[in-house]
Amino acid sequence: MQLFNRRSIALGAAALFLSFEAGQALADRTLLNVSYDPTREFYKEFNAAFAADWKARTGETITIDQSHGGSGKQARAVIDGLQADVVTLALAGDVDQIANKTDKLPKDWAAKLPHNAAPYTSTIVFLVRKGNPKDIKDWSDLVKDGVQVITPNPKTSGGARWNYLAAWAYAEKALDGDEAKVKEWVADLYRNVPVLDTGARGSTTTFAQRGIGDVLISWENEAFLVQKEFGADNFDIVVPSLSILAEPPVAVVEGNAKAKGNLDVAEAYLKFLYTPEGQKLAAKNFFRPVDPSAADPADLARFPKVELVAIDKDFGGWSKAQKEFFADGAIFDQIYRPTN
Amino acid sequence: MAMSDRFLPLAHTPERATSETALTRAVLIAIALLFLAAVLFLPLVTVFMEALRKGWGTLFESFSDPDTLAAVRLTLIVAAIAVPFNAIVGLAASWAIAKFEFKGKNLLLTLIDLPFSISPVISGLVFVLLFGAQGWLGPWLVAHDIQIIFAVPGIVLATVLVTFPFVARELIPLMQSQGTSEEEAALMLGASGWYTFLHVTLPNVKWALLYGVLLCNARAMGEFGAVSVVSGHIRGLTNTMPLHIEILYNEYNFVGAFAVASLLACLALLTLLAKSLLEWRFSDELAATARRH
Repeated sequence: MQLFNRRSIALGAAALFLSFEAGQALADRTLLNVSYDPTREFYKEFNAAFAADWKARTGETITIDQSHGGSGKQARAVIDGLQADVVTLALAGDVDQIANKTDKLPKDWAAKLPHNAAPYTSTIVFLVRKGNPKDIKDWSDLVKDGVQVITPNPKTSGGARWNYLAAWAYAEKALDGDEAKVKEWVADLYRNVPVLDTGARGSTTTFAQRGIGDVLISWENEAFLVQKEFGADNFDIVVPSLSILAEPPVAVVEGNAKAKGNLDVAEAYLKFLYTPEGQKLAAKNFFRPVDPSAADPADLARFPKVELVAIDKDFGGWSKAQKEFFADGAIFDQIYRPTN
Repeated sequence: MAMSDRFLPLAHTPERATSETALTRAVLIAIALLFLAAVLFLPLVTVFMEALRKGWGTLFESFSDPDTLAAVRLTLIVAAIAVPFNAIVGLAASWAIAKFEFKGKNLLLTLIDLPFSISPVISGLVFVLLFGAQGWLGPWLVAHDIQIIFAVPGIVLATVLVTFPFVARELIPLMQSQGTSEEEAALMLGASGWYTFLHVTLPNVKWALLYGVLLCNARAMGEFGAVSVVSGHIRGLTNTMPLHIEILYNEYNFVGAFAVASLLACLALLTLLAKSLLEWRFSDELAATARRH
């Protein structure tokens, strides 16, 4: 039975490896940041800056682990027990879900940090192929026949919900608030969507790498990132006449952070987002900083001025919008019919 | 799927079973080869070509990334736990099913097949429902500070569930066709049950067992769906190779993604190579086993 002997040796070696790793991990603290899709590049840079700052202040080496995915999916994972110390999600509604379904987060989490706990904002723009062959200038062009629109699934993706609400706000304005017509218009828009990915990043690769669709409704930061990654001569950004002020919030998952003994560093981590250095990095990575004073003016000049609606003022907050549009059987379920 | 069927042609030279013309045969073979080339070979070549698009330097660079190394290590650890476990439990289950009569045997057979018939996503979700913080055992696990899902134990469990049938499914038909006469003879001659198992049953099925283990291993390393549900996607900690490939791809790091993909493909090819080598090395013995049954 040569086979089994060799295998048990391999198994023993693997176990040894594991225990060695566990021993190593105990030496320093690690923080887990559960985030949404388009923040990968930003937090990669930000984590390095924070770790350096923390080391300089306390002498402790801190490691920050990252998990990225659709915002709704990530919130679900935290509810199901993913040990996040901090969540940095796409919208307040997802953090609310964690606060509602678990006792790990206080209900008033948004009041714990400045600006509704949103250290940076963004908005929704269009990304089209170079030269804009379908001549897309505004939301009204997205419902035209023969235009393929790429946007993720609002059920799982936070960005997709911002996309949806921006489209809704435009239709409401253009159709003078006639709800039946607005519904019909948004239904027409989603009829032009060939694939609903689960997260914003999935939609971006569908559009940019796989070459599907004429226009991607996208986070502004994601659109800039595509231009950077794939070359500015392949894609154009189109700014619609009306968009939405997206405030991606951050919060300490106190229950987890306390249990892991990470509360102090988790709080410091989120506060660091509001420092001049954090704000500067946000602007560099295409997020609009709430305090632009420290940011590089060249970074700020990239953000176009656009008329923005706001979730609290125009939609009555996330819990109302969630119930009205995205809950089971709500408006999105009524209007969305898969095309194939 | 029984081994005896597979090796039957070795045992005796069959007379021409068909009377098709040479042309028909050539066309059929050409279709099969073309299909294989288009569906299997081309995608595989693409993976390696994409990985090498920016040269060998970038390829090796992507392997030195600590997150990639962690993903490779996790994949190997998971396979090193799941495969022996499934080999032992699969062997025990097929032994019980093929050599003994008991109530509920058909139920057991159906249960073994279950992981094949349900979607891997569901295989993952059942663990979330069971061990998740909101799940049945969640509160107890939290109270005792045990982390199962979104950690290595959950990934191992999901992999074990998905790959469970491979060994048993390979063994059961063979063991059933072999019958129990040799074991009965051994027992009559005074051998103990354990001795009979080790020296009669096991040698008779070792090739099928090996084949099942190799298949099980290939799937354990490549499993995506179930593992994706329970992983939590923490880079450097709970990403296996297939999950890491998706992450790299989503980060526009296409060379990195295809580099890991080519490594995963290489591991799979090595598994197949190991199987072919063993078959070739022991072809005499194999033919002998096949002839006996």
